[in-house]
Amino acid sequence: MAGRRWGLVAGYAAAVVVVVVTVVPLLFVVLGGFRTNGQLNTDPAGLPGPWVWNNYRSVVTSPDFWRFLGNSALIAVIATVLAVGLGSMAAFALSRYAFKGREAVYVLFTLGLLFPLGVATLPLYLWLRQLGLLENPLGVAIPEAAFSLPVTIVILRPFMHAVPGELEDAAVLDGASRLGFFWRIMLPLSAPALTTVAVLAFVTSWNAYLLPLLVFNDSAHFTLPLGVATFQSQYSQDTARVLAFTALSMVPALGFFVVAQRRIVGGLTGSVKG
Amino acid sequence: MAAPAPPRPLARTVHSAPRRPSRRRGRTRLELALLLGPALVLFAGFVLVPIGIAVYYSLYSWNGFGPLTDFVGFQNYADAFGGAVFRGAIAHNVVIAVLSIVVQLPLSIGIALLLDRKLKGRTFLRMVVFAPYVLSEAITAVIWLLMLQPNGFVDELLRGVGLGGLVHQWLADPGIVLYTLFVVMTWKYLGFGIILLLAGLQGVPPELREAAALDGATAWQTTRHVVLPLLGPTIRIWVFLSVIGSLQLFDLVWIMTLGGPANASTTMASYLVDHGFKRYEFGFGSAVAVVLFAVCFVFALLYQRFALRRDTAGALTRVVG
Repeated sequence: MAGRRWGLVAGYAAAVVVVVVTVVPLLFVVLGGFRTNGQLNTDPAGLPGPWVWNNYRSVVTSPDFWRFLGNSALIAVIATVLAVGLGSMAAFALSRYAFKGREAVYVLFTLGLLFPLGVATLPLYLWLRQLGLLENPLGVAIPEAAFSLPVTIVILRPFMHAVPGELEDAAVLDGASRLGFFWRIMLPLSAPALTTVAVLAFVTSWNAYLLPLLVFNDSAHFTLPLGVATFQSQYSQDTARVLAFTALSMVPALGFFVVAQRRIVGGLTGSVKG
Repeated sequence: MAAPAPPRPLARTVHSAPRRPSRRRGRTRLELALLLGPALVLFAGFVLVPIGIAVYYSLYSWNGFGPLTDFVGFQNYADAFGGAVFRGAIAHNVVIAVLSIVVQLPLSIGIALLLDRKLKGRTFLRMVVFAPYVLSEAITAVIWLLMLQPNGFVDELLRGVGLGGLVHQWLADPGIVLYTLFVVMTWKYLGFGIILLLAGLQGVPPELREAAALDGATAWQTTRHVVLPLLGPTIRIWVFLSVIGSLQLFDLVWIMTLGGPANASTTMASYLVDHGFKRYEFGFGSAVAVVLFAVCFVFALLYQRFALRRDTAGALTRVVG
């Protein structure tokens, strides 16, 4: 009994330490945005006193932040729709059709899990230049979708494979074609798995840095990660404003995470555990 | 060479009418092309082919513009490995990978074991712990860049708790910059490991622990001989993801240090981008990309062969098999 009590105490102690270490940097950014550069210089670890709204106001009223946000959203939505749309079709083919070379195609896709974007990046850049997709949201969204396909298929295929064959037979008896079965029964049944892969594709694309860095030169096209990094180097003297900008940039990711939390965690542990 | 063909099974031709199956097969082919085609085109066009082309470019001396004529064979590879900076970059990737296994893994196992109790506010705890993982590397990099400024937040904090002696030029001192980056990575990725391991711990049947306790095992013995072995698959997957991630490290390094000072934090990926896109050495950069790919691939194959083989279930185990 005493052992169990100590275990609980240790658990709470660990919890407190972990939460503090995680949260302090985030609080530093958020609270720092409410301070002035003078305050930050004289007392880097202090609290706002007085609270200043100016930094946040200037970020919210500047068009840059919103433009970056919009660009990120547009690219992430296109990439997600492409990855989930094409990925679910491919996963259906790879799970419900018997054909020669099926496993080979599947292994080909799963190999993609190992390819870092960095490896493909030089030819990809030239390829996008040739296609006229530089400075174009599609130039980021399409490759991001392509790189999201492997994990999408790896998660969806076992899921679709597990749907009982009787269901398909019944649908066929009712006059559905195989594609009709895919569209009207398989996709609705796969909704939980589809949400998971959609969330993963969205987050990956939302957080991408390298590809936007290469594709966009004109800051009008920047995404949020690129925008934050650029803003930091551009206004490095105005730390308070950079802090406010960074704090606001965290909001969409953290907000989305709170909403989609179970899907993100479930998807990651699911993809790992099979 | 000309082995006799095995006799063809007759059953098919005997049983089925000749017309319909072929039409059905044609329809199946059409459906397959429709379903699989777009994904294959996208995947081949933007993942596979570019990687293949990188291999091709790597044999040329080329700036990315104009005709590809200056064939140099494996000279780019020889140059890369001949240079101390690239060898250093590989070493930095390896140091990060090793540190992850030696520091992050025990840390996250320990924390996960401590947290694997019916604590109040567990859901909240999980969300908080996972939050840094959700932020982009770019935002993480900027946050820490600001905190690590000379005489900034981190230095002030250290002085505040009487550890002022530790204060350093965190990102400007070649001797410690890599470790500073590792601390930032740990902040960002520790939660991922903890959540993964907590999920794994849920798969440990409570009866096993109870049985061990009844047999007189101490808490430590139960953990060591019952719980940890059952966590094996989760740990092996974590190690795999962690090493691959360490080898591909880029965003954080690029934003926080650009690989500096004096190349002390260069990684393979930052070296690749530096040479490819800043110096327009496309051929040379491609050679570096191929090396990066080869290192990841060989590691994955070996890991699959020697470590993951025991885990029969699991999608990633089949990745390279």
